[in-house]
Amino acid sequence: MSDFLIITDLAKRFPSPKGPVAVVKDFNLSIKKGEFITLIGHSGCGKSTVLAMVAGLSDASEGNIIMAGKELSGAGPDRGVVFQSPCLLPWMTAKQNVMLGVDQVYYTASSIERNQIAEYYLSKVGLGDAMHKYPAELSQGMRQRCGIARAFALNPKMLLLDEPFGMLDSLTKFELQEVLLDLWRKDRKTALMVTHDVDEAIFLSDRVVMMTDGPEANVGEIVEVHFPRPRNRKQIMEDPEYYRLKDELIGFLEERAHKKHHDSIAPTTPAAPAADTEGPAAPLQTTVTT
Amino acid sequence: MKKQPLFPYDWIVLPILGTAVVILFWVILSSTVSKDLPDPAKTWEESRLYIFEPFADRGMQDKGILSLLGLSLLTVAKGYFLALLIGVPLGFALGLSDAFAKMFDPIIQVLRPVSPLAWLPLGVILFFGTGKDANPWGALFTIALCSMWPTVLNTAVGVRAVPQDYLNVARVLKLSKWKTLWKILVPATLPYMFTGFRISLGIAWLAIVAAEMLTGTAGVGGFLWSEYNAGNNSRIILCIAAIGLVGFVLDKLMGLAEAQFKTA
Ligand SMILES: Nc1ncnc2c1ncn2[C@@H]1O[C@H](COP(=O)(O)OP(=O)(O)OP(=O)(O)O)[C@@H](O)[C@H]1O
Ligand SMILES: [Mg+2]
Repeated sequence: MSDFLIITDLAKRFPSPKGPVAVVKDFNLSIKKGEFITLIGHSGCGKSTVLAMVAGLSDASEGNIIMAGKELSGAGPDRGVVFQSPCLLPWMTAKQNVMLGVDQVYYTASSIERNQIAEYYLSKVGLGDAMHKYPAELSQGMRQRCGIARAFALNPKMLLLDEPFGMLDSLTKFELQEVLLDLWRKDRKTALMVTHDVDEAIFLSDRVVMMTDGPEANVGEIVEVHFPRPRNRKQIMEDPEYYRLKDELIGFLEERAHKKHHDSIAPTTPAAPAADTEGPAAPLQTTVTT
Repeated sequence: MKKQPLFPYDWIVLPILGTAVVILFWVILSSTVSKDLPDPAKTWEESRLYIFEPFADRGMQDKGILSLLGLSLLTVAKGYFLALLIGVPLGFALGLSDAFAKMFDPIIQVLRPVSPLAWLPLGVILFFGTGKDANPWGALFTIALCSMWPTVLNTAVGVRAVPQDYLNVARVLKLSKWKTLWKILVPATLPYMFTGFRISLGIAWLAIVAAEMLTGTAGVGGFLWSEYNAGNNSRIILCIAAIGLVGFVLDKLMGLAEAQFKTA
């Protein structure tokens, strides 16, 4: 079985007044080609930090990331990133924003072809009529659509999404989740998405990776989601399996995510090293990894 | 947000009232303590010719007011253009490179507060080699040097303030340095640059008068100085009014240009 992305012993330390703090430590994860993985965890645990390292926007302090057999160094258009705030350049229209990347990746194509690529993805995300508008003239949801089009138009090997729907109302969110799945299925991209929405994680992913709380956050548990694709939201919601998965995720987030760091609330107390391994074995055993 | 008017037509009535107060003060001053200060009527009487024949050319300094202003504006335009040409790249270098900023920031902070009057002699000395052109070149040098700093500093601040998100977009797309500069850094910095341009233009206009006065170059500042030496005090006031009006218009025009980029 070929793993497309292999993250080994990844760590990230940030300087702090009390010396370097390892926000993420011993993070291990393998992702198969074409898999849709969501990363879920409490706010501030280090999800964005992990994603930024995979994107190459932030250097790892330790460990390495191998994609398609090659160790990653630096950012590149082989990994399309959809940012939490869509980060469109305000002085360019929606189409120009998409074209910026298309021109870069398809530099051998003719200008007509490049325009077609940009227009194809913009209409796919439902911006066909608004592609000549500036970001300031677009709604939040439309901007996020444009961000998705920009990432897909790069034809990346992998998609990295950092809470792309976090700021949207649930109707728009549902719609964009479908758009995302649609594009993802067509191109069979490998996707890694950060979210803290449990329903979103179950609806989208093949596997949900749950992160423990920081500092020294890493992979706590991994849950596999076996619903057949294409998925129908209504059907899934009626499946008892859906509630079992949801309970498991919420159970982890509410109880087991903190188990390693009972005393991390009081930063002055030296962390008891014993606590690291002592936590009671997770009662609801799922596919627990390293 | 638009404020409620205080009373109908307050936007025109109040400024007229304010101007009237200043003119009244001027009249009182000229008829009491400062007998040499011409009163408004005398000022008008003696300046009229320069306003009614704005393009007259009676001699090296003795020209209609618009001719004089035109000459000064031309020099300012040259010096200002030079200031932008040097100031913008310098600002980008300061904003982009920490080493460069550490090297040159202290010296810039020291040179920046030096008045045009202090720079001018040095400027003329620099161009002594050019013979009789030393004065105009020295004036140009002074204008460029004094008006450059707001552009330099605002550009540098603007470059530093480019959101990390935009730079991340450039990194993900692997844009070349050149493309990052033109597609991301320059557009993101433009609003800051224009603020700098506007302040710079104001300073250039301040400096021109000083430069012309010291070098005796033809223009509104040179005219002011020669009229002072000739004892024609009315025309000093004419010059002051003309300089102020032009400065005001320049600032308004730059403000409009600046607003264009603020909304973008
Ligand atoms: N540049 C930085 N310097 C210092 N500390 C940082 C830096 N970036 C992130 N951190 C810290 O790392 C931790 C994890 O941050 P991160 O942004 O990865 O969290 P997150 O899981 O994405 O949270 P959220 O769900 O709120 O987005 C936080 O405690 C944060 O304070
Ligand atoms: Mg985050």
